[in-house]
Amino acid sequence: MENTTNTAAAVDNSEFSFKRASQAKEIWRRFRKSKGALIGLILLLIIVGVLLFAPLFISYDAAIESDFANVLAKPSKEHIFGMDGYGHDIFARIIYGGRTSLTIALIATVTSCLFGSALGAIAGYFGGWVDSLIMRSLDIFMSVPDILFTMAVVVALGANAVNLIIALTLAYFSNYVRLVRSQVLTLSEQDYVEAARAGGSGNARIILKHIIPNAIGVIIVNVTLNVAKIIIYESTLSFLNLGMPPPQPEWGMMLSEAREFMRPAPHLLIFPAAAIVLCACSVNLVGDGLRDALDPHLKS
Amino acid sequence: MSERTNAQPLVKTVDLKKLFKLKGGALLHAVDGVNLEIYPAETLGVVGESGCGKSTLGRTILKLIEPTDGKIYFEGEDITKYSVRQMRHKRRDMQIIFQDPYACLDARMSVVDIIAEYMFIHHVYKSRAETYNRAAQLMDQVGLARRYANAYPHELDGGRRQRIGIARALSLGPKMIVCDEPVSALDVSIQAQILNLLMDLQDELGLAYMFVTHDLSVVKHISNNIMVMYLGRCVELCSADELFANPLHPYTDALLAAIPKPDISLRGKEQKLIRGEVTSPINVKPGCRFASRCPFCTEKCTNTDPEFVEVTPGHFVSCFKVNNK
Ligand SMILES: Nc1ncnc2c1ncn2[C@@H]1O[C@H](COP(=O)(O)OP(=O)(O)OP(=O)(O)O)[C@@H](O)[C@H]1O
Ligand SMILES: [Mg+2]
Repeated sequence: MENTTNTAAAVDNSEFSFKRASQAKEIWRRFRKSKGALIGLILLLIIVGVLLFAPLFISYDAAIESDFANVLAKPSKEHIFGMDGYGHDIFARIIYGGRTSLTIALIATVTSCLFGSALGAIAGYFGGWVDSLIMRSLDIFMSVPDILFTMAVVVALGANAVNLIIALTLAYFSNYVRLVRSQVLTLSEQDYVEAARAGGSGNARIILKHIIPNAIGVIIVNVTLNVAKIIIYESTLSFLNLGMPPPQPEWGMMLSEAREFMRPAPHLLIFPAAAIVLCACSVNLVGDGLRDALDPHLKS
Repeated sequence: MSERTNAQPLVKTVDLKKLFKLKGGALLHAVDGVNLEIYPAETLGVVGESGCGKSTLGRTILKLIEPTDGKIYFEGEDITKYSVRQMRHKRRDMQIIFQDPYACLDARMSVVDIIAEYMFIHHVYKSRAETYNRAAQLMDQVGLARRYANAYPHELDGGRRQRIGIARALSLGPKMIVCDEPVSALDVSIQAQILNLLMDLQDELGLAYMFVTHDLSVVKHISNNIMVMYLGRCVELCSADELFANPLHPYTDALLAAIPKPDISLRGKEQKLIRGEVTSPINVKPGCRFASRCPFCTEKCTNTDPEFVEVTPGHFVSCFKVNNK
């Protein structure tokens, strides 16, 4: 009998070729199918566009310079969202405030996700004393309430963008440690991981090719939920005067200031609140769509 | 098969052990001193009830699990202490087909990508196109239509999924495949197809199989030799024909009696069924593992390990009742 067993059999290239859409195209095709995801994406693009090109719409001066003649003015042609208690244009403050708020929220989300996921993956995959060390440290860490911790960091280091990001990262990374660790623990028990090992795959390859792709859906949903939470948390900090220093506009700060005028001038509250809700919703919609698009099970 | 006396076994284990440490320091004897030989182009059937350590044995031989004690030889080479890196080369020669055709395929990879994975790991071909072409040939070889190439596993039925697993196992051109209950999750009609496919591939490619199953009737037709396991131990090992014609160990006897027979005259008659429960594999004491359920149990059986003895040429048993004769 011919020994065909241990050689790379000759290959006839002409005979067969796979017409495969690239991975990204395939994901985009599935993403497009969901109306919610598309709406979310369009909203998000509009928001990002408006924030990026803010100077085209209104100057930064309108956001920080007081026009005392128009304090608490209702929305009008000149000031479409009206004016706040210091005579600042609310539209301008929302746009420029959004730049700071969203940038900080996005960076903090990414850093907390990367930091937390890496720790969780290490704990889950290697187990043993590494796992114990990470998880016990985390327990100690989590026994301090988030808000107290963040306040301590900001008060100790000072209120600026970088320190806010550090504080928010520290407040949110622990979710990812737990989540990713449990994902890695269940996924690395799967037969297909053993199959990969039987094929000669090393740890790094298994994590990159099998564990991350299978865990990514859950992580993405968490990320998008956390973007919204972080925006709100950031507002909480500003509300407690621990956010960006005034007069720099910031959404949480705007809410905090609006409190006094809730009855006579509700627009002070409504517009920044709507901005936060809109951002949170669009990010969540995109996240849901992305999770589904990454899961071949839901391919129709 | 009879002319193989001078052939070297492809796989050989000597007193192979795998003990799992449990919480609290107890030891679970999953594989407890197994000696076996698998010859090129032959099939060794491994039977035994659930939990007796069949899967653990298969995985230990492939070094997917580190053995606790004993030796594993592949083509005469001692691979027991091989590192993960050294084993990488051996992966081309020794492969595995899994029991669960759902869990063993990554749901996020398309069929060709799953089949091509091992070839990418080992850089068998220079280009992607060549690799995918070889994957397509493998699909032909296992009877999987090429139109499924870009499908995802969940779109296919169990039989087709198992074919993917087989194609993947073949992709590096192995000499030996551990088949860990490859058909037990499938419909009876599909079981036969997959078994026939495995037999055809064996003839075509000269593969050796270690065929794990808990179903004696499956293993009868495809095995050259059969090994009967009980609680991590090999209790009987001989050729398939010999085992069915002349079972020596009381456990084998009971297993054979438990195969359902379509014979109306046996209705209502009492069957020789095994009574009692399997003793725990945790912190086992010396003595025959089967003693508590054995109708021929003597005092000696409960405190001394029976040796694994060649009673007649090629027929090994570990039982005092047989050995003392
Ligand atoms: N990683 C592990 N840690 C601890 N015990 C284990 C581990 N893997 C297997 N075992 C134990 O080892 C014994 C043998 O398990 P194994 O899976 O090899 O049995 P099996 O014969 O393949 O059974 P089945 O027919 O159900 O597949 C069982 O008692 C099982 O509980
Ligand atoms: Mg098993």
